[in-house]
Amino acid sequence: MAERRSRYARDPLGLKRALSDRLLPGLVAAMALLAAIALAGSRGAEALKDRWQHGAAAAVTVQLPPEQAGQMDRALEVLRAMPEVASAVPVDSDRMRQLLRPWLGEVPSLPLPAVLELRLKNLALDPAPIAERLAGAVPGAELESHGIWVARLAALARSVQGVALAVLALVAGVAVAVVAVATRAGVASRRQAIEILHDLGATQGDIAGRFARRIGLLAAGGALAGAAIAVPTLAALSNLAAPLAGGEVQPWTALPWLDLALLPPVAGLIGWATAQLSVRRWLKRLP
Amino acid sequence: MVRFTAVGLRYPSPDGRAGPEALSDLTFTLPEGSFTWLLGASGAGKSSVLRLMHLAQLPTRGDLEVLDTLVRPERRAALPALRRRIGVVFQDFRLLPYLSAFDNVALPLRLAGRSESSLRPDVTEMLRWVGLQGKELSLPQQLSGGEQQRVAIARAVVTRPALLVADEPTGNLDSLQARRLLALLTQMNRLGTTVVVATHSEELVAQFPAPSLVLDGGRVVHHG
Repeated sequence: MAERRSRYARDPLGLKRALSDRLLPGLVAAMALLAAIALAGSRGAEALKDRWQHGAAAAVTVQLPPEQAGQMDRALEVLRAMPEVASAVPVDSDRMRQLLRPWLGEVPSLPLPAVLELRLKNLALDPAPIAERLAGAVPGAELESHGIWVARLAALARSVQGVALAVLALVAGVAVAVVAVATRAGVASRRQAIEILHDLGATQGDIAGRFARRIGLLAAGGALAGAAIAVPTLAALSNLAAPLAGGEVQPWTALPWLDLALLPPVAGLIGWATAQLSVRRWLKRLP
Repeated sequence: MVRFTAVGLRYPSPDGRAGPEALSDLTFTLPEGSFTWLLGASGAGKSSVLRLMHLAQLPTRGDLEVLDTLVRPERRAALPALRRRIGVVFQDFRLLPYLSAFDNVALPLRLAGRSESSLRPDVTEMLRWVGLQGKELSLPQQLSGGEQQRVAIARAVVTRPALLVADEPTGNLDSLQARRLLALLTQMNRLGTTVVVATHSEELVAQFPAPSLVLDGGRVVHHG
């Protein structure tokens, strides 16, 4: 009984009853999950864009037909002598098989072309003159630049990133609206208690602070649950996306842990600030 | 000290416009440490005058001075501290239904920042004084109307206010409790509290003679 008395003494507005500890956290949890997915999408798109731009875009592939495979050293010598080329290295057959495995499976008897990987000093350089000079020295050699393909993929990644950030802003806006509605409902259900506290000398800060603390805690708790649910979801998505990142990334290490950790305090802050503003606005009608 | 100077009060009408004046041109002064009966028929404006005195309402015109402070809408930030120096017994008790009798009485002390250990003896003593010892943990709905009114009275006086306003405080009390309440109010008055009591009870006024402020139609028709 003494414990109950103490509990209510700390909550003279009865907010633990007025502000449900299920509905608001449930809604915030759902929004935190969406926010986590949007954040992870944005981060993932950014990482892929960087990887493509600094990996594939920087690399130019040279392919020698199987009958010219013996000209590998000659091709390397010609390319390394060109001032535009930063490096030229052969891609060994094991690496080729590894790159083809996701699409072709294990095909040990498949004849593979000889492939060289170039890195140019200037990414914006037109590779056509290099191709012409190489073909003059090693007939049949083909040079494949990934620039256009990578530029399109990078534009797509940027679009995905923009959409993800727009979704994030939308989620934050909906969170503010949900908290404002919940606060107004709480104020409406505790109107008489608010007026009594006001008449007994409570300041606007006292009253708004009680609402803000309660709603901030509920929002932070909801976001914590949403972030917890997001972890396995994002790990599964990361696992699916691993081949796009070269298949070298472990799902758990690829998660945006800092973003996930920030979700509860940010949601709590949004809840706290929205409740403060909503209640103070309502209190203006009292003298 | 409470001073009204040409005070008028209008409540907004349901359509949001200003309604007719509920109080008109009230001018009077209640000296510090005085005891005043506030009298008048139903609808005369007694509750509105009390609402102005305990700052639940601000005047629409005129000057209102409460406890030597001029009350102005633009000085709203100063009003909560002023309200904490005013004790109010509401006609409808206005107890919080989910708080025990103890917590209802302790509420003004907690709002004033008093520690739990220091407020406990005061609250217990006040509840004992109004005859509610043993009912500290009862919720309002577990108490009779008279007991609820005594909780409301204890809450109003527990802070030892400088100004105490009471709206029909004996309405739900038997004659013995009513006399005890008036004895408490006069005792507080002797200790320096300015007391204003609105009542319909001529019997009570006769038992405790004091200056009266009589209202009719929102105007003062007698003071003295």
